[in-house]
Amino acid sequence: MSWIKDLISPKTRQWEEFYRNRWQHDKVVRSTHGVNCTGGCSWNIHVKDGIVVWETQALDYPLLEKSLPPYEPRGCQRGISFSWYLYSPIRVKYPMIRGALIDAFNEEKAKTGDALKAWENIQTNPEVRARYQRARGKGGFRRVSWDDAKEIIAASNIYTTKKYGPDRLVGFSPIPAMSMLSYAAGSRFLQLMGGVNLSFYDWYCDLPNSFPEIWGEQTDVAESADWYNSKFIACMGANLGMTRTPDVHFFSESRHNGTKTVVFSPDFNMVAKYADKWVPVHAGQDGAFWMAVVHVILKEYHYEKQTPYFIDYTKRYTDSPFLVEVNEEDGKLVPGRMLRAGKVKKYKDIEKGDWKFLNIDAESGDLVCPGGSSGHRWDGKDGNWNMKFEDAETGKPYDPVLTLLDNNDEVLQVEFVEYGQNKFAQRGVPVKHIKTADGTLKVTTVYDLMMAQYGIDRGLGGDYPASYEEKDAAYTPAWQEIFTGIGPETVMQFAREWSRTAETTNGKCSIIIGAGINHWYHNNLIYRAGTMALMLTGCIGVNGGGMNHYVGQEKLAPSDSWGAIMSGKDWQAPPRLQQTPIWHYINSDQWRYDGNQADYNTVPKNDFSGMHSADMVAKAVRNGWMPFYPQYNKNNLEIVKDAEKAGASSDEDIKKYVVEKLKSKELLHAVVEPDEEISFPRVWYIWRGNALMSSAKGHEFFMNHYLGTHHNSVADEVADQFVKDVKWRSESPKGKMDLIVNLNFRMDTSALYSDIVLPAASWYEKTDLNSTDMHSFIHPLSAAIDPVWESKSDWVIFREIAKATSELAKTHFAKPVKDIVNVPIAHDSAGEVAQSEIKDWSKGECEPIPGKTMHNIVVVERDYTKVYDKFIRLGPNIKNGLGAHGNSYQCTDFYEQMLDDRNHVSKLDGKEYPSIYEDEEAANAVLHLSSLTNGELAHRAYKVAEKKTGLTLCDLSEGNKNVRMNYKDLQTKPHRYLNSPVWSGLLTDGRAYSAYTYNVERLVPWRTLTGRQHFYLDHEGYIKFGEHLPTYKPSPKPEVYGELRTSVATGKAKMLNVLTPHGKWHIHSTYGDTLRMLTLSRGMEPCWLSEEDAAELGIKDNDWVEVFNDNGVYCTRACVSARIPKGICIVYHSPERTYSIPKSQVRGNRRAGGHNSFTRIHLKPNLMVGGYGQFTYHFNYWGPVGVNRDTHVLIQKMDKVEF
Amino acid sequence: MDIRSQIAMVFHLDKCIGCHTCSIACKNIWTDRKGAEYMWWNNVETKPGTGYPSKWEDQDIYKGGWEKKGGSIKLKGAGKFKGLKNMFHNPNMPVLDDYYEPWTYQYEHLFEAEEGDDQPVARPVSLITGEPITPKAGPNWDDDLGGSQEYARKDVNSRNLSAAEQEAMFQLERMSFHYLPRICNHCLNPACVAACPSGAIYKRGEDGIVLINQKKCRAWRMCVTACPYKKSYYNWNTGKSEKCLLCYPRVESGQAPACMHSCVGRIRYLGVLLYDADKIEAVASCNESDLVQKQLDIYLDPNDPMVIKMARANGIPESTLTSAQKSPVYKFVKKWGLALPLHPEFRTLPNLFYVPPLLPTMAFVENGTYETTSESFWGAIEKSRLPMKYLANLFSAGNEKTIETVLKKLMAVRLHRRNETVGDLPEKEVSDPMGEVKMDKETADAIFRLTSLPLFDDRFVIPAAHREEAMEMLESTADVKGNTGFGFKEPPERGM
Repeated sequence: MSWIKDLISPKTRQWEEFYRNRWQHDKVVRSTHGVNCTGGCSWNIHVKDGIVVWETQALDYPLLEKSLPPYEPRGCQRGISFSWYLYSPIRVKYPMIRGALIDAFNEEKAKTGDALKAWENIQTNPEVRARYQRARGKGGFRRVSWDDAKEIIAASNIYTTKKYGPDRLVGFSPIPAMSMLSYAAGSRFLQLMGGVNLSFYDWYCDLPNSFPEIWGEQTDVAESADWYNSKFIACMGANLGMTRTPDVHFFSESRHNGTKTVVFSPDFNMVAKYADKWVPVHAGQDGAFWMAVVHVILKEYHYEKQTPYFIDYTKRYTDSPFLVEVNEEDGKLVPGRMLRAGKVKKYKDIEKGDWKFLNIDAESGDLVCPGGSSGHRWDGKDGNWNMKFEDAETGKPYDPVLTLLDNNDEVLQVEFVEYGQNKFAQRGVPVKHIKTADGTLKVTTVYDLMMAQYGIDRGLGGDYPASYEEKDAAYTPAWQEIFTGIGPETVMQFAREWSRTAETTNGKCSIIIGAGINHWYHNNLIYRAGTMALMLTGCIGVNGGGMNHYVGQEKLAPSDSWGAIMSGKDWQAPPRLQQTPIWHYINSDQWRYDGNQADYNTVPKNDFSGMHSADMVAKAVRNGWMPFYPQYNKNNLEIVKDAEKAGASSDEDIKKYVVEKLKSKELLHAVVEPDEEISFPRVWYIWRGNALMSSAKGHEFFMNHYLGTHHNSVADEVADQFVKDVKWRSESPKGKMDLIVNLNFRMDTSALYSDIVLPAASWYEKTDLNSTDMHSFIHPLSAAIDPVWESKSDWVIFREIAKATSELAKTHFAKPVKDIVNVPIAHDSAGEVAQSEIKDWSKGECEPIPGKTMHNIVVVERDYTKVYDKFIRLGPNIKNGLGAHGNSYQCTDFYEQMLDDRNHVSKLDGKEYPSIYEDEEAANAVLHLSSLTNGELAHRAYKVAEKKTGLTLCDLSEGNKNVRMNYKDLQTKPHRYLNSPVWSGLLTDGRAYSAYTYNVERLVPWRTLTGRQHFYLDHEGYIKFGEHLPTYKPSPKPEVYGELRTSVATGKAKMLNVLTPHGKWHIHSTYGDTLRMLTLSRGMEPCWLSEEDAAELGIKDNDWVEVFNDNGVYCTRACVSARIPKGICIVYHSPERTYSIPKSQVRGNRRAGGHNSFTRIHLKPNLMVGGYGQFTYHFNYWGPVGVNRDTHVLIQKMDKVEF
Repeated sequence: MDIRSQIAMVFHLDKCIGCHTCSIACKNIWTDRKGAEYMWWNNVETKPGTGYPSKWEDQDIYKGGWEKKGGSIKLKGAGKFKGLKNMFHNPNMPVLDDYYEPWTYQYEHLFEAEEGDDQPVARPVSLITGEPITPKAGPNWDDDLGGSQEYARKDVNSRNLSAAEQEAMFQLERMSFHYLPRICNHCLNPACVAACPSGAIYKRGEDGIVLINQKKCRAWRMCVTACPYKKSYYNWNTGKSEKCLLCYPRVESGQAPACMHSCVGRIRYLGVLLYDADKIEAVASCNESDLVQKQLDIYLDPNDPMVIKMARANGIPESTLTSAQKSPVYKFVKKWGLALPLHPEFRTLPNLFYVPPLLPTMAFVENGTYETTSESFWGAIEKSRLPMKYLANLFSAGNEKTIETVLKKLMAVRLHRRNETVGDLPEKEVSDPMGEVKMDKETADAIFRLTSLPLFDDRFVIPAAHREEAMEMLESTADVKGNTGFGFKEPPERGM
């Protein structure tokens, strides 16, 4: 071709330097993104001419096993956009304050000459207070100096602590794993003050309650490389391409290695593209599909075929051989509690016999008491907490009987309930007669109960379904179709291929699951339904298996050492760690709008299941099941003074005084009078998160009750008809918060509505650490450049706030005071064996005994002049040892070793401490003292575990004993953390992390009642709520859910179920406001509608629409698409109300809100029970979660669009 | 034989996530500046869809690429001479509405707004006029089938499908979509080069990268029309056209192009292909049905002694030959026949090849019940959701057999690996499909490894650039070492 000439004159190509100049840069620094995406990707930040110009992914991950694809490159479209923020017009450059507040403050300060007095005058003048509260979110920001900002903050800290007590200072910062030191900065400050940290994992509805229910574990899952080991993957509620962007390659790569993939999702989404089969189960009905899958598995592979691998696994690793009592109730036979060892003669004298359980030995037919139960964990003896087939009391080996089918005393007709169609069935269950002091008990096995629950006809008579085609009988393939819309053939083929794969590969089938499932009201049941299939086919604790739940970056790998620093436990304990869903439910007054849960929850009728959720919260707090701060309707510091006045001279006396006052009801828990001024939370720190928008379920209620500014809710208050214990105050409180302080690098909704905005260093400007459950590396955040403009790292900001507060305390709060801290009964403590039945001391059902029938009470001394001194030094309590998840180790020598590093030692009152003044010193303290990054400490932790379990475990750390990691090491190259008993996966020799491989291979028990994985949950409350057996419950109906009581669909509106899954163009709200993401999407977060619904509503693609219900309104444009099914709409989580939001026409021409404007919290009460095995509180581990998937909205076209 | 060296690429669409990380990697480095806002040298499209710029594939509108005239070819739209006539009015050029009006937000307002009675908000404003706008189009407007009625249903590739087939493509239970990431194809027969009246566009001899000389460009914009892939963009600020440069500053220093480096789906491969430049004209003007095969024939076996000899004679460095022998692109394109050019009928002989996607098997709905079962473990290729004809319109100038063969090969590899790693399928269910596409186990394993397990260096085999040789043509390389980087940065001189 004549026109393609080679340019041979090199001169003509000299212009090529034009683009070469652009590429050239000066420096590359490793960092990552401290955002709750669970990605934890290592990035190279490029610096040119002193500014950050772009980022590219790091490629230097160490390889895992050769048979696995590498991790490189990790990083997505959102992460690679981050550099936009640094110099963007949305960057917070200087401290800012609300004009109306600073004016009032300056005026009062001029009058009084004293910051504290000025603050007091503002807070005690309702008009002045309401004036600046009304201005929240409405512009009028002023730039202030750092010193001025800190003065007001310090004054509010001291004023609030003095007047109301420190438990009125609260902080919300989510997901520490994403930037753990930045989190620790604020929490350390707050805990040293006596303030409160709000949990996040449960609040976000990221906590899968089924994990504590089944495994006694908050969450533990496989790293993404292990997906590749799986040979059959079911993916549901997780849109991998969209939300697991850096990991999804393992999924697609596994397909080319012979893995089958089935995707469940109501819409045809990004991950459906990778499916071999796409199964569009009706939204929220996945549980029904799995119930039927398990029906097929039990019938064909357990009963008919008795697949050896499945049977052996089920026997050893699950509670299925354990005995359960069958009781008579109202003339019917029903499954009851597990048979307690202490009840039978053979074991009547054993220690903690109420918390040890029984099997039957196949050979002798005798009762046996397997080790590993919670009783064995807490009976004060070592060596019996394991899953060996040994009677822990007699030492005799045994082989458990799984079913009494061939060896029973009689067959009883037991009642089972199917909640989907509200049907009751009597089904034959084989039982044995056991003689006890209370008479003869009839018992069966968990396995036999499941066979009956799932309707597997084994010739025992009763209402068993005759075939798969029987529609009315639970839980056949034909039955599930009623709820899912999926045909029975699909279920059968799925179940058979699944089982065949698991049988051939010894358990390499897995479920990848996410928020699309976990955010439903009945998420725990849907999860349990799927997990049943995994457990019955031996797919848990196996590489390539697992219930792989990825919702939120909850895995903070070095949690052992970090936990001490974040909670200030190196100086004093206990911390105040709050379960957030119940906190916001009560404090933001969402309870006032909630009807009785029993009207939208599906529960058997009884007193316990018929309570209003607010009353259940009060009960849970009283009984020590759940924490609640503020604690009392009185300042804690004053209560102590009163106690001392009344003669209390010791901590024990003070405790006794408090218990007496509670018993006589002279002192009340704040939770029962939440709307009295004394009970308000007052000062709120928000950092690393968007507490007022993307994290604000019931956002409009926050606007009203916390902030006292405008809101768009029209919901009506109805709870007065239902509550008994919680006091109803006819006037709804407005503006509970005195001050909201926000640390931020961008002007998001939380910043816009805060009183003080402090400029925070971004993720390319500070030192920090990051870990995730998606991979097994710990990454650094690093300063590619120093913090820009006047910004500072979170560590430095809280250090300076601590300093300003301690300085002010020297004049205003000079003497140490005593505080009392209420602590709920804790998981991984002897409290797990505290309450074998539900009794309420406040109703006179038992005595109030702290730590047993009620929460604990601990007296703590606080010296407010010393908060800063402690903040910057690592305290001596480290020498008491560290640990997490029930494991511990000694590390005094390593603490002292830190003092040898003379450049990092700090003196206080003549004593030396390791300095953690600088961020990097704190990072090194975490790495130096964690069993994940210090091999010797891992070894010590395994030694402790060996003693407890009587098993050999130390070989797991043998090769790592000399490993020590520090911050600079992590900057050089990604480092994989070490085997440690703190976590349940094994990483030896590049093996991919898969949860519970430690338990399965080493016979270390799960932290549950029996020590095994639980099919059966025998807590009294669970039985009363009808969730003791895996079951299906329908989603709450919109008519009774209470979010469309006032908003009525007029002519052109239509009701749809609104789904708010994680989106493609943001990580929650972060990145969503960047020009990059807005340009690649539609310039805002649209509402996705089906073509049919849009046509019905007269809506065309890109038309403006209002999405609203009683809670509030969101205005956006429509995205009409064939991939969306009729009846649902999608607003991807999470837009901000800061950009592109017009004024709502249905709510009086006021600025519309975000997606949380149409949400409100609905709690599931049985998730509040406590003091019982795995049902025992731990921060972010247990409690109801902030569900939001069952919400319905009205959609209508906007005729008028105004900004 | 006139053997030349070309850096070519493979994008494995079965692995593509549609995440757009590639697009932003590129934008951050190259087009994050005034005049380049709307340029997406790398973009990702949802298919079915109309893409970016809208309906770019429809050459009835844009007149891009070549058309066969008798035994030869000519530019369909603006040629050098035709272009001159249309100098001030080129009716075949995409206009702002075919791209989009770039916008930003009044972010400052959030900081600066005076206290009012309602919340301030950052409104979208045009980056061109500064006036408030409501965005109506964007570079990825129909992502994931957004606005399917307006966009996906108007995809030119479904033009020759029956009405029933087209309707089925958008029935929820039977639908599907996939992604199509695109960059400049650095064609063997580039229409942009041919169309440029200024001679500003050239194909580099050493690696085949096609560049627009930013000093020489005179803003005729004939390249914009001529490129059938619409990968040349006019910079309204500098008055020059610009396009993907395959990150030559990175490639020259042994790094993968930014879009490929950042491809988190790990779908991208890059390596050298050797080709016979003498054949370009003949191949570009052959019959449409032969286009794919003839283009593949133009690429030569880098292990063939004759090819090596002729390549050396043509001055191709030894390092490039070694690189060609390791090229992953050669394997996918030639050895395994798994990757196909996009719209070969445009006749530019593109050097970016796509492995077409496997998609979920079909389902059916009867009385409101959805069933998706299959006779075999994964279901038959013929029962995948997108009509074969549709994929053929994208990648094989309409030849369905070509697409079907590729997909069956991919499936045979999966069956073989299932057999190796699980072994739960009946022997015949594995051996028959393997036999049908003549796949042996060794090849299947090699395909599997490069698809599933490749390390960075397996995916990107970048030939040495030998920059020192280019430098020494002008000055002493030792001097360059000391001098390089000195000088004053000057913005490009505007326009004509």
